[in-house]
Parts: sequence; structure tokens; C-alpha cells
Amino acid sequence: MSTAEAAIGDRTAAHEHVDHDIPFIRKYVFSTDHKTIAKQFMFMSLFFLVVGGLLAMMMRWQLGYPSQPMPGGAILPETMAPGGILLPEFYNSLVTMHGTIMIFFAIMPLLVGFFGNLLIPLQVGAPDMAFPRLNMASFWLAFPAGLLMLASFLVEGGAAGAGWTSYAPLSASGEYTGVYLGQQLWLVSLTILGFSSLAGAVNYITTVINWRAPGMTWFRLPLATWSLFITSILILLAIPILAGALIMLLFDQTIGTTFFLPAGGGEPLLWQHLFWFFGHPEVYILILPAMGIASDLIANGARKPIFGYHAMVLAIIGIAFLGWIVWGHHMFQSGMNPMLGTTFMVSTMFIAVPSAIKTFNWLGTLWGGDIHFTTPVLHGLAFVSMFIIGGLSGIFMASTPVDIYIHDTYFIVAHIHYVLFGGSLFAIFGGITFWFPKLFGTIMNERWGKIHWVLTMIFYNLVFFPMHSIGLQGHMRRLYDPTQYEYLEPLQPMNVFITISAFLLIAVQLIFVVNFFHSIWKGKKAGPNPWNANSLEWTVPSPPPHGNFATVPVVYRGPYEYSSPESDEDFLLQTTPPRDQQQPEPHATPAPEGA
Amino acid sequence: MTTDAMALERGYMPGMRVYNLKLGMWVFLLSEVMFFTGLIGSYIILRFAHPTQFAEPGVVLNVPLTAFNTFVLICSSVTMVKAYAAIATGDQKGLKIWLLATIALGTFFVGIQVFEYIALAQHGFVPMASAYAAEGGALYGSTFYTMTGFHGTHVTIGVLCLWFVLWRAWKGAYSADSLGGVEIVGLYWHFVDLVWIILFTIVYLI
Repeated sequence: MSTAEAAIGDRTAAHEHVDHDIPFIRKYVFSTDHKTIAKQFMFMSLFFLVVGGLLAMMMRWQLGYPSQPMPGGAILPETMAPGGILLPEFYNSLVTMHGTIMIFFAIMPLLVGFFGNLLIPLQVGAPDMAFPRLNMASFWLAFPAGLLMLASFLVEGGAAGAGWTSYAPLSASGEYTGVYLGQQLWLVSLTILGFSSLAGAVNYITTVINWRAPGMTWFRLPLATWSLFITSILILLAIPILAGALIMLLFDQTIGTTFFLPAGGGEPLLWQHLFWFFGHPEVYILILPAMGIASDLIANGARKPIFGYHAMVLAIIGIAFLGWIVWGHHMFQSGMNPMLGTTFMVSTMFIAVPSAIKTFNWLGTLWGGDIHFTTPVLHGLAFVSMFIIGGLSGIFMASTPVDIYIHDTYFIVAHIHYVLFGGSLFAIFGGITFWFPKLFGTIMNERWGKIHWVLTMIFYNLVFFPMHSIGLQGHMRRLYDPTQYEYLEPLQPMNVFITISAFLLIAVQLIFVVNFFHSIWKGKKAGPNPWNANSLEWTVPSPPPHGNFATVPVVYRGPYEYSSPESDEDFLLQTTPPRDQQQPEPHATPAPEGA
Repeated sequence: MTTDAMALERGYMPGMRVYNLKLGMWVFLLSEVMFFTGLIGSYIILRFAHPTQFAEPGVVLNVPLTAFNTFVLICSSVTMVKAYAAIATGDQKGLKIWLLATIALGTFFVGIQVFEYIALAQHGFVPMASAYAAEGGALYGSTFYTMTGFHGTHVTIGVLCLWFVLWRAWKGAYSADSLGGVEIVGLYWHFVDLVWIILFTIVYLI
């Protein structure tokens, strides 16, 4: 007990630090403040989001206008695009690096590194993370890992080209792809990123378990924090498996071991098992925080308590648990005992149950609500509707017989983008808009936010919905030149349509970028609680000071008490004391009964 | 509202009733469990799939030497406990002596392992498929060196952490009320010891 008290003593000491005491480099570069680290993660991952998007645009050019000189392609070196025409080997690198960068350096650090750092201490009522220096290390591992990944484009042989899944033996020997150093850098970079993710996960888990404010019981945590907590557990247990596999593959590449090389007695299928044992929990690492964020946005927009809070929490836990026993559904085509395949099929189908619970609870939250269609809420609604489409197409590939037909086609590409772009990225846009005041003290422009939302929604669907169709007609994923097959020729106009839509989709993202930077400097100043929300981060100034809370907050209720009869307004802060024990308090609403 | 009143009295709500550093170490060790599970699981799968690639126990590997080494590592766990028990009663001198003993035993373990590697490599037992010459096959060398090598790395990191704790002990940083550093390095050390007992069993004995 004495140590716990000592920890609390440390926390009050943290309050005594005042912002201007900290030198520039400790405040902005090697900062231990969770809000600064959150911003670092945000800028890093938004940068990689742009990079990943541009890689996708190059792929779309090649698919829409195969082997024609790409506008601006002349700046690429001969080894990538001689005369602006993309080489097939470079196209392989584009496919690989688009997936890798988007998953590991954009969506994952945005959801976990950025939102985790920003929201967890604020929402549980802590002044910072449990281990602030470890937190700093987490960012300063992630950033060099990202640079290393980008640098692999510049080495001889180009960047890794074996797909983001890096299936062996294609990835295990440079003889097959012509990529030697690029693949090794890919492996080293992801291993370093793994350490970063582990440091983050240890921090988040410890913070949520041990640093909740008085009265912040488990079932009073906002769903964003709940989902980030469960996600951290997935990271903690899944990343080490990937790290082990990456290192084995690196040994195969460099020192000549034979784990995954059949020539030396190894097992290529072992890589697939290890990768997907990590990879399926990874899929939930990429969607669970988005679900939590969307829950917060939707309850706030509907001005109603979230429908079925306990069911929502249990559904997060259920999805996370089921995520461990379904990895085989990525390998239906890899050669598997049909009995085992059926087991994986059934366990995968079970995930529809907690997912549907969540979906119906979002709908239940909206039902009869006084919905305020603010930009964050619109993004939350986009998340729910796009997640339904992505979730339903997931059921197609969960069933082995259907999967045999659609696997490795654009149907899969459509599915992953409906979940990752339509799901996670819309939640990220919404979350950034919603918590923008807590980052920069201003509000993002609502009108331009809505214009961005509408245009993104339209062009996003125009890009990815037709992919279902061309996939069902046999258009292979990772295909360099669709015109080389006669049976794909009727689909070429659709490919051109998708390409043009994709260019428009990335073009309208400029609206978000301009709005983002304009709002930082010229945005309307925000009060502590611009959205009339309930959770703890809205009880402190925008942006919150170093140490977050001037006094330890005391929590009296859950975070979704919107339109409560206990309050005269349509929101009720978690820190407002109940009427029957009201003391003179700044937030207190007057008790009309006088009881 | 009685629960809130209790929460007020208690201040923050440490859900696990342990201090952050210790909780963080337990959480980190969970991920370590998964790391070694991945390696050991791969070993089991490869060995069942390709039994001819692996020599019979004791043919290539020096079991008696490693059994002795295992004993050394187990002893180091005992000295680690003695170090913790010493500082728990405020015995500064005992803490330093037992920490030094743990460092000595850990270093000895790594030394024996290096000696073993050199001897094995001289018999053609190497991780490289191209140079493999001992009984069994290249997978045997690949898995053996990867698993024991990662364990050896963990022991080495543990020894470095113990030096750090010893240095802090020398500066008088620990007392009966404040022994977090000793406790968490002990947790790590016991974990590494436990992993070795599993590795020794499945790599050397079975």
C-alpha cells in the first residue's frame, strides 16, 4: 500500500511542473507529456497516410492506364519507372509498401499511438501515462522504424515486394523477387516498430488498470478507453509472435537458416500460421479503437446514453477473444485439413454475433435521439454504415466454399478497404475533429469539415464499391496489368472509373489538410467542453495543461449520461456530484427540490 | 454512494493493488511468454513435421554440461530471492552480496553457453544450411541456435539490469520500504530462469 501511496505522491509532484519550466527540446522533441507524444504520433502517421495514399495513386494509374507514362512519373528513377512507365517489380513494391505503410505506420499509430496517448490518461483521470519515459521511447522507436521503411525504396533492388503479408518462400530468399536488402529493411523496421507497440501497450494497460481517478470504476470508462485497453492486450500478446516470425525470416534471409525454406527442410506454411496468428488480432487492433471512438461520437451526437453499455464492453472483449481462434480463415487456400477449415469457418462466423451487437447498439443509440449532425457525428455514422458493408462482405470470405472463388481477387481488396478506410479512417477523421480542441485549443471549421465528409463519402464509395463487382468477375488482386488477360478486358472501363474516382478521393483530402492547419492557427477558440460531452477530458481546459487535472477528479457516474433528468442541460459531466450530495462546486447545477 | 465515499478515501483506484512498475513488468512478461511461445511452437511444429532433421537427444548436444548449467541458473534464482529477502529486512550488505552472486552465476551461465556454441560449431553444428555437417539436418541448427540464442540474450540483458540495480544499491537507493527495482529485476530473472527449464527440457532432453 505504501508504494501505491508513493505513486500518488509522484503524481501530485507532476502537477508542480509548470509548462515554461521545460526547455524546448524536452517540451516538443523528447517530451514525456502524453499529449505532446500523441501529437507526434499524429503528425507522423498523417505523413505516412499521405505517403501510403500516393503509393496507391501510382498503382491506380497503372491499373487504369496500363503501361502508359504516368504524369509526373519522370521524376522516378530508371529502376522504378523508366520513361514514367511503372516497372512490374516496382509495382510489387508499391503493393507491398502501400499495405505495410498504411497498416503499420498510418492506421495503427493513429488509432493506438495517437488516440491511445491522447485519450487514455484524460479519460481515466490521470495526469500522464504510468511510464512517461517509456512512452517517449515508444514514439522514438516508431519514427526511425518508419524512416527505415521509406529508406528501403532507395536501396539496390528496391523496397520489399512480397506483399504486406510477406509470404515465404517468396520473402525468404531474394532469388525469387530480386529484392535482398529491401526485404531485410522491411523486417528490421517492423521489428523495431514491434518494440514501440509493446512499450505503448505496457503503458496503456498499466495506466488503465492502476491510474483511474477515484470513482472511475471499470464500467464508468468511456468506450474509447475500453476499446484501447482491449486493443493494448491484443498488441501485447500478438506482436511478440510477429517479432519472432520476423526474426526467423530475417535469419533465413541473412545467415542462411531454413525455417521457411523448403529446400533446407523448412515449412513455408509455418510463416503463414505465425503471421496470421498475429495478423488476425492485428485486424482487430485496427478496428476496435475505431469502434470505441465511433461509440463516443455517436452517443454525443444523439444526445442519448449509449444503448447497452455493458453489452458494448462485452462485445469488444468477445471480438478480441474470438480474434485469437480464427487465423486459419486467411489460409483456406493454403492447404488445410477440411475439418480444421470448417472449425475456422464456424469460429469466424461467430464474430458476426458481437459485431452485430455493436451495430444494433449504435442504431439503438441513434433511435429516437435528438441527433446533432456535426462533423464528428457524420464521420461516426459513416463508420457504422461502411463497417456494416465491410462486415457483411467479410461473411462471404469466412465461408470456405465462397472464399475458394473470391480469394485473391479485388473482392478482398474491397472488403479490407471498407473496414480499414470506411471503418477505421472515418472514425479517425471524426475523432480528430471531435478531440481537436484538446490538441490545439481550437475547433475545426464545421462547414469545410462537412464538405470534406460528403465528398470523401461519395468518392470513397465510387472507388471501392465497384471493386466488389470486378473481384467477383475474376479480377485478381496485386495484378500488374489487367489488359494482359482477355477475359478482364470488359472490366477495363471500370478500372478507369475507379482510377479517376481514386484521384478525386485523394484530391478532396486536401480540404481536410487545409482545414486542419487553418484551424490550428485561425480556428475558433474552444472552451473546455465545446461538444457538451460528459467524460473527464471535457472538464479540463482546451488544450489541457501539463499534468491535465488541477485537482484529482472524482467520478460519480458513467460517461454517457446525456439528456439525464438529473441535469437541467442535456449533458451531465462525470464529475458533477449527484443532487443528494451536492456541495458548493463550480460544475454543480442548482437542485430545485432543495433536498 | 458508499463506493464513491470509499474511493474518495482511497484516492486513485489501483485496480491490481500493486505499484505501477511491478504491474508493468508483469504485463511485459506476458508478452515475453508469447514471444517464447512463438519460438517453441515453431520448434515443435518443425520437429514433428521433419523428425529426420533432428538428432536423438544427447548425440550432438552435450547434455551433462548443460544440465550443470541449468543447475547454475536455478541457483542464481535462489541468490536473487536472497537479495530480495535481504533488502526486505533492510540488510544493505546482504543485498549487495547476493546481487553480486546472482550476477556471477548469470555471467557463468552465459559463458558456458558461449563455450558450448564454439564446441558445437567445431563439430559442424551451425545454423547455416550451407555449412551444416553434424548429425540431423539444417533445421536442427536453425532452431537450436535461435531458441537458445534468444534465451542467452535475455540472460545477458538480465545481467546488465542486475549491474544497474547493484550500482543503485551501492548508492543506497533501496530500503525495506523502497525495493521496487530489486523486485522487478527479480521477476524478470525468475522468468528467464523458468523459460530455460522449458527450453532445456524440450531442446536437450526430449
